[in-house]
Amino acid sequence: MQYFLQNLVNGLQWGSFYALVAIGYSMVYGILMLFNFAHGDIFMVGAYIGFFTATGLVALAAVGNIILPSWVIITLTMLIAMFLNAFVGMAVERIGYRPLRDAPRASAAITGLMIGIILETGNLALLGASRRAFPPLIKPVTYNISGVFITNQKILIIVVALSLTFMLHLFIRHTKWGMAMRAMAYDFVITPLMGVPLNTIIALTFAIGSALAAAAGVLFGIAYPVLGPYMGIIIGWKAFVAAILGGRGSILGSAAAGFLLGFIEIFVVMIFPSTMRDFIAYSIILLILTFLPNGFFGEPYSARLRL
Amino acid sequence: MRKCIVLLALVLILPLTALSAAGKAEVKVIKIGINAPLTGSIPKVGEGTKDSAEMWLSDIDKAGGLEVGGKKYKVKLVIEDNESKAASAVKANTKMITQDKVLIIIGPQSSKQAVPAGEVANNYKTPMISPWSTNPKTTLNRPWVFRACFLDPFQGRVIANFVTNQFHYTKAAVLYDIASDYPKGLAEYFKKAWEKLHGPGSVVAYESFTTGDKDFSAQLTAIIHSDAQFLFTPQYYNEVALIVKQAHQLGWNKVITGSDSWGSAELVKLAGKDVYGDFFSTHYAAAGAKGATKVFIDRYKAEYGYVPDDVAALTWDALNLAKTAIQNAGKLTGNIDTDRKNVRDALATIKNFKGITGEMTFTGNGDPIKSAVIVRINDKGQFTFFKQVKP
Repeated sequence: MQYFLQNLVNGLQWGSFYALVAIGYSMVYGILMLFNFAHGDIFMVGAYIGFFTATGLVALAAVGNIILPSWVIITLTMLIAMFLNAFVGMAVERIGYRPLRDAPRASAAITGLMIGIILETGNLALLGASRRAFPPLIKPVTYNISGVFITNQKILIIVVALSLTFMLHLFIRHTKWGMAMRAMAYDFVITPLMGVPLNTIIALTFAIGSALAAAAGVLFGIAYPVLGPYMGIIIGWKAFVAAILGGRGSILGSAAAGFLLGFIEIFVVMIFPSTMRDFIAYSIILLILTFLPNGFFGEPYSARLRL
Repeated sequence: MRKCIVLLALVLILPLTALSAAGKAEVKVIKIGINAPLTGSIPKVGEGTKDSAEMWLSDIDKAGGLEVGGKKYKVKLVIEDNESKAASAVKANTKMITQDKVLIIIGPQSSKQAVPAGEVANNYKTPMISPWSTNPKTTLNRPWVFRACFLDPFQGRVIANFVTNQFHYTKAAVLYDIASDYPKGLAEYFKKAWEKLHGPGSVVAYESFTTGDKDFSAQLTAIIHSDAQFLFTPQYYNEVALIVKQAHQLGWNKVITGSDSWGSAELVKLAGKDVYGDFFSTHYAAAGAKGATKVFIDRYKAEYGYVPDDVAALTWDALNLAKTAIQNAGKLTGNIDTDRKNVRDALATIKNFKGITGEMTFTGNGDPIKSAVIVRINDKGQFTFFKQVKP
């Protein structure tokens, strides 16, 4: 039982990253019908921005002789990284995707791949190949709840991931901007004719997706404090799987699928030899997709309701 | 038709004659190839290789060149980046052998690259010394491939014996990367050695992951819920940092041991206090070094600002092995094929070579006879000499 509960907690933490990154994929797809393949690398950029912000804040506090409580540093790091990474996302859209909006979808898709490679190798050229150690923002405290070990970091990660997901869900459902996004997802051609600013909404979509990726990046840095330029690739691929599995453009769907992916990966190791992890995990997902080709919450293609 | 064949034969033969004519030209410089992971997943290894090689070259330059058979030759290093990838290491070796015409190759460092790259060197009949690759396959049945370190089966045995004698443990857990030659090989050799000592089933948890994984919580949970008394994880330093941190957060408070891939200057920087008190087997220990080893360490530290890790030390030894072999060959004929053959033969018979990582003797094949060191990471995060283990 302890064994099971421990893995449940492990799965929740691991799924948090997939969920936050998958939402970004899903939102862009919902509106533009485009998979932003650079998203995994935007997550990486977010983690690096978080790294520099956190290191800077710690150094600044040391120079100014101010004692900043760790929750202040974490909150500031998170907000600054999300804010700055939103601009990274908007820049990617402006430079990479907007000129190709009327081009064939394949061109836009390879643009995403190319931007991803540029971000990875640009990082490599700029910062060198050395791994960065994310500063330990919170002193890890391990709670032993009758044999299940939970750290304060794990709790932070899970709570932040869940609350960001619900905040975004509320935003999409209950604000004018959210309504504009949903309308755009419903019909990409007619909605702008009703006076909805097309470019602004698309930029906002990228901004939100990238901000969430940055939040995931900072949390990732806290949990797995070794950053490298290629850290976003695998996470990006797997979050992409989660985005499809959740249903096209469904926020809660992609988040749920992200957590499910985390659980499956962890529980496969619990039951089968760890050697077979991804083999079995992704066979299961393939099977799910065979029976649910639209994912969990996806509408059939013809309904066109996407966000 | 016949004309065609004659023409074809001519086309094929012409470049060959041109090549052999070029090969006979007099030697002016000795070219030594370095195949190193300057970028990719273990860049610190590449940096150590390059720094060590450049320091070695500056010594040669200061002496006015490398003296072979009473004549001094300038030495040129051809440094190629293998991006820590097998395919790129193969490409780098092929380029250095066929285009740059290097006399001998130093590298690649990790077995992941050294195993496939050794194949290339062997096929092209070019001597190659991998300073750091401990997987037996690197040199197995390859008369042209050498190494400057001990082998995985030996290291697996060293750790198994050390833990048994030091702590009297009987139950082991292993966590390793199944997609990488080095950890996979070492995990298997350790398991074999451990089960030979304590009987089948004494490795109570044998967990794996794939290169690039960051989360090991499921595997570590399985290990913690087994009754293992210690964990052996023969991983590279960047993964070790994540493994030890996550293990402690999941409630593990027993000893963790590793292998020579731990021995990077980066390890403590990335892992911090979480690796203090742990052990690993390796080629040399910087703290507590004496004699020529200490001289090398001090000089290296003054030059580059950090303590050289085992890669740097082994690269230094590999280069000096190459130097000794070239000098023992006696002369350079100018025909690159003959020279490569002479250097190989000289290398295979080097006896009692005094390296900074220990004494080495080659007995006809590519694997030297040398001893291993057990290192403890102390409370200040330094790698300190704990024990020497003879073969």
